[in-house]
Amino acid sequence: MPKLTAKSATLLVLAALIAVTPFFFPSGYYYRIGALIFVNGLAVTGIVILTGYAGQISLGHAGFAGIGGYACALAPTHLGLHPSLAVVLGAVISGVLAYLVGRPILRLKGYYLAVATLGFGILVSMVLNNERRLTGGPDGIAVPELGLRGLLKDWGLDLTNGEFWYFFCGLVLLIGAWIALNLHQSPSGRALRALHGSEIAAGTVGIDVARVKLQAFVISAVYASVAGSLVALQNKFITPDVAGFMHSIEMVTMAVLGGAGSVLGAIFGAGILTLLPQALTVFAEYEQLVLGLVMMLVMIFLREGLLPSILRKLRGRGE
Amino acid sequence: MSELLQFLFSGLTVGAVYALVALGFTIIYNASDVVNFAQGEFVMLGGMITWFAHAAGLPLPLAALIAIVATAALGVAINKLAIEPARGAPVVSLIIITIGASVFLQGAAQLVFDKQIHSFPAFSGDTPLRIGGATIQPQSLWVIGGALLVFVGLWLFFTRTLLGRAVLATSNNRLAAQLVGINTNFVMTLSFALSAGIGALAGVLATPITLTAYNVGIGFALKGFAGAMLGGMGNPKGALAGGFLIGLIEALTAGYLSSTYKEAAAFVVILLVLFFMPQGLFGRKSTERV
Repeated sequence: MPKLTAKSATLLVLAALIAVTPFFFPSGYYYRIGALIFVNGLAVTGIVILTGYAGQISLGHAGFAGIGGYACALAPTHLGLHPSLAVVLGAVISGVLAYLVGRPILRLKGYYLAVATLGFGILVSMVLNNERRLTGGPDGIAVPELGLRGLLKDWGLDLTNGEFWYFFCGLVLLIGAWIALNLHQSPSGRALRALHGSEIAAGTVGIDVARVKLQAFVISAVYASVAGSLVALQNKFITPDVAGFMHSIEMVTMAVLGGAGSVLGAIFGAGILTLLPQALTVFAEYEQLVLGLVMMLVMIFLREGLLPSILRKLRGRGE
Repeated sequence: MSELLQFLFSGLTVGAVYALVALGFTIIYNASDVVNFAQGEFVMLGGMITWFAHAAGLPLPLAALIAIVATAALGVAINKLAIEPARGAPVVSLIIITIGASVFLQGAAQLVFDKQIHSFPAFSGDTPLRIGGATIQPQSLWVIGGALLVFVGLWLFFTRTLLGRAVLATSNNRLAAQLVGINTNFVMTLSFALSAGIGALAGVLATPITLTAYNVGIGFALKGFAGAMLGGMGNPKGALAGGFLIGLIEALTAGYLSSTYKEAAAFVVILLVLFFMPQGLFGRKSTERV
């Protein structure tokens, strides 16, 4: 049997999980949780590209999710765009903003990006909260129906709302993971990982460090934006919380908990932190405490993240 | 004219708080090259612990003292438990650790205290002083005076005392400092205690004016960092001037442009500084040795 590459193995595992898990769902509600995990996984895959590959950090990625989400709420009513095109519009706006914000900053040391993105995220959530006439303020705003489910029904594929979003988000996550894994092996991906090791060494072998970092930042912003759009379209409603500081922190924590260097690991982290509040209803009160603790503990004791550490243990025992 | 003066007064007041946060950033950054994102939480803790102790019946000065000492101890604990074990880790890991500490402290404050907005009485009453057609709260003078005193105190400490010079030596070259017999671990502990204590003091002084709640820290951290960066990262004089400048820019934005978007001023300053003069007002262009 030909040996599987890491890329196809990851995609197969992911596809199998998406396809098989529904057989174990006790009720339709679980489709919803599954879809939420996939959406978070998609946003976190973007963090893998930025943090895991390029070694940069953003504390304001929820800002891009907010832009993606509100694009789906506003563009159909104000510009007459179809919701699916609004997803694209949100992604373009996020990418351009990431480019403009990232360009001056990514030439500098790592923590400047952290601070600037922190400020950026706060700014976006401030605009969404304050521009009531446009965004509905803190109460949120309705988002139109995507319409794809009706289309599928016409073609003879009748899915419940929960099932549709489960498989649709799963598919988008697979595509996102596929792109990220391809990037990992491409020249750009190698350049990113080289500068993660040492920016100066990467620069000496001719990598345009600032440009490559900027690419990673823009790509990861697009991931966050699409994830935000999917949440908005699925819920048919969106509030400024999607762009809040805590949402940015959740994304980073999911990535580092599972393992920011591996796509599968980060999605695993997204799964854990999405399921935790569902399993423990008291969790809401302790959420910040736990997120903060997880960030510190993982960085001190398990810098690679949970999944890569477990896999290494298993492999070590097998040999 | 009196309107402008009024904006300047309020700008100097909040600016003094940002200057204290920026000084706290600078102390830790110089001693360890760590940018401590939990700096704003020290301000929050200063205010919240003082409120809590005061509400429990302790006299205000004692409550404030407890808050400062407890926060300084927490600062030391963060260094010992979270930052020292990760020494030599990449910048990204250190950022995640300190932002984790920040989120953790917010979460803990929510549980130990509550989610309400709190305050305690001003130190010298609430009768505003009239200066040139504008008014200023006596508490504002406490905040501004506090920032200036802390700056002078730090300057004396770093230039006139053996211990302060040991800190400076460590920030210049850690290994060389160790070789001449400086206990650099103690210097780190001291830096965190000092930085956290100064942050808490800022919280104690400012709370009667700005009020406090479990989630105010991140805003202070952002603006303090903007101040430190505007002045030039690692430069105490720059931190003081930068902090005051951010406060003034914010107050003028609120006064003449938009009070909802005054918070955005700090962010715009960060971007402009990064664009046009990344070394800040007082900073030197730094080169990194490999």
